[in-house]
Parts: sequence; C-alpha cells; structure tokens
Amino acid sequence: MKALRNYIDKVKPNFMPGGKYEKLRSTFGGFETFLFTPNTTNQPGGVHVRDAVDLKRNIIVVVLALIPALLFGIYNTGYQHYHMTGEVATFWETFGYGLLTVLPLLIVTYVVGLGIEFSVAQMRGEEINEGFLATGMLIPLIVPADVPLWMVAVATAFSVIFAKEVFGGTGMNIWNPALIARAFLFFAYPSKMSGDAVWYGAGEAVEGFTGATALSLAGEGNYDTYSFADAFFGFIPGSIGETSALAILIGAVLLLCTGVASWKTMCSVFVGGALTAFLFNTFGSDANAMAHLPWQQHLVIGGFCFGAVFMATDPVTSCRTESGKFIFGFLIGAMAIIIRVLNPGYPEGMMLAILLMNTFAPLIDHFIVGRNIAMRKNRVKANK
Amino acid sequence: MSELFSKKNKEAFLNPLGSNNPVTVQVLGICSALAVTAQLEPAIVMGISVTVIVAMANVIISLLRKTIPNRIRIIVQLVVVASLVTIVSEILKAFAYDVSVQLSVYIGLIITNCILMGRLEAFAMQNGPWESLLDGIGNGLGYAKILVIVAFFRELLGSGTLFGFNILNYDAVNNAGYINNGLMLMPPMALIIVACIIWWQRAHNKDLQEK
Repeated sequence: MKALRNYIDKVKPNFMPGGKYEKLRSTFGGFETFLFTPNTTNQPGGVHVRDAVDLKRNIIVVVLALIPALLFGIYNTGYQHYHMTGEVATFWETFGYGLLTVLPLLIVTYVVGLGIEFSVAQMRGEEINEGFLATGMLIPLIVPADVPLWMVAVATAFSVIFAKEVFGGTGMNIWNPALIARAFLFFAYPSKMSGDAVWYGAGEAVEGFTGATALSLAGEGNYDTYSFADAFFGFIPGSIGETSALAILIGAVLLLCTGVASWKTMCSVFVGGALTAFLFNTFGSDANAMAHLPWQQHLVIGGFCFGAVFMATDPVTSCRTESGKFIFGFLIGAMAIIIRVLNPGYPEGMMLAILLMNTFAPLIDHFIVGRNIAMRKNRVKANK
Repeated sequence: MSELFSKKNKEAFLNPLGSNNPVTVQVLGICSALAVTAQLEPAIVMGISVTVIVAMANVIISLLRKTIPNRIRIIVQLVVVASLVTIVSEILKAFAYDVSVQLSVYIGLIITNCILMGRLEAFAMQNGPWESLLDGIGNGLGYAKILVIVAFFRELLGSGTLFGFNILNYDAVNNAGYINNGLMLMPPMALIIVACIIWWQRAHNKDLQEK
C-alpha cells in the first residue's frame, strides 16, 4: 500500500496543470480517488460539518448490498441450466457455469459505461464520479442471463449518454439509468427480454428449452408452478439478480442499517404493492387470471423486490422530502401491480412503475414543500 | 437577374436549410416528424408535400397580403392552406395511393403544421411573392432534410431496410446475433434522433448555443 501511495505521489505532478499528461487529469484523479481517500474534501475558509459518508462510500455500500443478490444470481443461472438439461452437477460446477455466463455481462457493462463516463469527464475536465459503479452492477442483475452481450453494451451506452450525461452526470439524472438500460432492451428487443421465449438454460446446448417466466405463467392462470418458498429463496427462472427475495432482503438490511436507502420509500413500496394486489384479489374480474395471483406471491416474483430495494430507493431519482417518500413509494408499488394485472403486454410492471414515478418525484416534492411553507405561514399567523 | 438572387433572397432560401432550420432550431413540425419517419418513402413524400404547400401558400398569401384585412388574416391563411392540402391529398390518392394510405391523416394534418402558419405570418405577410416562394421552398426543404435523416436511421436500424429494400435482414447477419431495434420504430426514438441532430448542430454552430 505504501509503495502504491509513493508511486502515485511520484507520477502525480505529470497530471497536474502544466504537467506532461495534463489532459488526462480527470482519469488520473478518478484512479487516485478510487484507491485512496482524497485529502482535498474541505475547502479552507468556511465551517463545514462533514459526515464520513461521501458519494464514494454510499456507492460502495450499494455495491456491497448487491453482492448477495449477485452471488445467488450466479448460482441460480447455473442451477436453472442444469435443471433444464437434467444433468446432475456439483455446487461448484453449477456456480462455475453461472459465473461464466454472468461475468461477461458484468465486464461489458463496466467497460462500456465507465469508458463513456471517463471520456465525458475528460472532455468536460470534470472529476470522475463513482455513480456508475452501482449502475454498472445493477444492469447485469436486471437482465436475463442469455441476453447477447452487444445488446447490453448498446443499452448501457444509451442509458449512460441519454439518461445521465445529457442531464449533467451523476446526481442530475431524472430517471434511474439502470432502469433506462432495461427499458431500452425491453422495448428494442422484446423477444430477448421477457415473455415466453426468454432464456431458461443457457447457450446452444439447451436450445429449445425455453419457457415462460413466473410472471407470464401467472398471466395464464398457473399460480402453482413455483411455490412461494421457491420464489422467496429464488430457485425460479428470471432476470439474474431479481429471483431471490431472500438475497435481496439481506442487501436491504445492509442498506437500511447504513442509512443509504430510506426505509420510508422501501416499506411503502411493499405496502402499496400488497394493498393493490389484495384489492385485485378481492374485487378483480374473474376473466383476468393475473388479478387472482395471491398478493404475497406478487411481492416475491418478477422484479418487485429488487425494484423496491435497489431501484425505488435511489436517492437521486426518488423524492427528497420525507413525507414525499411515502407517497412516492406507495404509488410505485400500486402502479407496478396495476400494470402487471391490467396490461398483459407488459408483464414486468415494476420497471415502468418506477420510471413513471421518477418522472413525478419532483412534482410530489413541489407540493410537499408548498404544503410545508403554507403550514408554517399559518403557524406564524396563529402565533401573532 | 441580380435582383432575383440578391444576398437577402439567398438567405431566405438557405437559412432554413442550415442555421435557421424550422425543425431543429425553431422546433416546429415535430409532431409529423415523429409520426411519418418510421420509413424513408413516406418521409420523403411528406417532405415534398410540405415543401409544395408552404411554397404555394407563401406565394398566394404574399400576393394577397395587401388586401387581407388584418383581423381575419388567420382565417384567410387557413382557407388557402386547407385548399392546397386538399389538392395535394387528392393528387397523392390518385397517383401514389399506397403512400397516401401509409401517411393516412398526416397529409390532412399538414394544415396544422406550425411551419406553415409560422412562415405565412412571419414572412409572406411582409414580403413579395418571389422572396416568399424562396422562403417557402427553403423551409419545406429544411423540414424534409430532417425528416429524411431521421427516417434513414429509423428504417435502417428499426426494420433493416431502406426504401423497403432489404439491407440487414440476411441469415448471415441474424445468425451473428443481430436483431433489428424495435425501439427505433416507436416515436420516442424519432425524438431522440432529432435531439441528436440538434445537439450536433449546436455543437458546430456557436451562434445557436445558449448562454
């Protein structure tokens, strides 16, 4: 570690203004901050109370929280493959198979996304933000395992450029970039993303072994194909990281304990979803099979859990006001179930619900702030 | 002759093609740019139709400009545009039926195209018929230019064809894993392509950049 620090200090002058590689300053800064705590956080000449948590720490916590879902996703990818082919495999074979499928996806997203982030920061002469470290982890987890790598690359590039950089980079985006990448894939290449033809095993060895995800089976009225326990522990086909509610909840505990994600948003998503599903269970028309999927099942299949824990709580795109978070979360849960039940064309309502509410988050904040101001004005009047 | 192609007239014709493009700079006519650009052929027909209508409407209004009572000028302009749109629509139905079916209501909706009313109000009401003709053709072509660029990308990447001819849909390409991008066929992508053109244009033209 000492040697690394010394080396960085030695080459640093080259990248400072006037140095040989002055133009690559952003890239150098990015690596330096990645390796060591920056020593330039405080500007002299003012009083700032600072937390030990900065953007880098926040993002790292999110990445750590994603690890259980990632590891389980890797295992499940292999598990589904061997399950479909009927071969018997040891734990390590299964895990290894999944690793070989998931790792390329992860590498492609990081290379493409970070490449664009670095070059944009370089062009603008800004510091490189750590924001993409979480996004780049999220994208592979919300796509099916057999999605072609070039598609992931195109979608990542699209979302980083059009959902993030054009708005001004990390912290300025209106929509969650990872979900934009998924939405791009979903609308551009629907045959690869969802529905009946989505991947089940992997690669050419099991061609023909395609089948429906839990959500599209439920749309046909087959509720019992996967039990609640299977869906909760995650031994079902689906996008890589979204299947296991348990692994996601472990991540959720970490996010909540560290205060990175807001419990208000997270809980209200579940409440909104459960309540809406329950209402559909009770009053839904008999012709609509989806309406009678038991409400607890709704919460564990598809991307509901993953969206509630990792997507809805994104501090940039969710509501900033505390009471706004309740409304925001509740409406996400409710919209997700409404889209699932009433629009069979879009089996995965969670993605669309979150993107929709991302759009409305500033509006909710606007009214909450307006109400607070009005309340305080009234209080002043009453005290006079 | 030199009168006819004076510097001012040249500008009236050339500006709409570049630095004062009706779509990318004035952001007019976006609606039809989204609707008819999924394929090249209807986009070109639409571009030509709008060019003809703007040019003729400009000339007619410019000839009438001194006799039109100011209070009812919008109605007069609308009547002129509506008649021209009807004529173009009938001609298309007679000679290019397939395309006119594809374009469906959008030919009729040229009447509501902001470029038309914009040019009539802003230019034809103040200028002579020759200048107005040049301005009309310039604006029509400026609009058509953007439509063609957008349609080129949308048809090529969305359907893998150009003018209906197969470009990318071969077994060899498909086996390599390439799939046409369905999002390109949806209107949002047209908006994003128009945005990219605006982006490119503003990056290259300092005058257009906002402070």
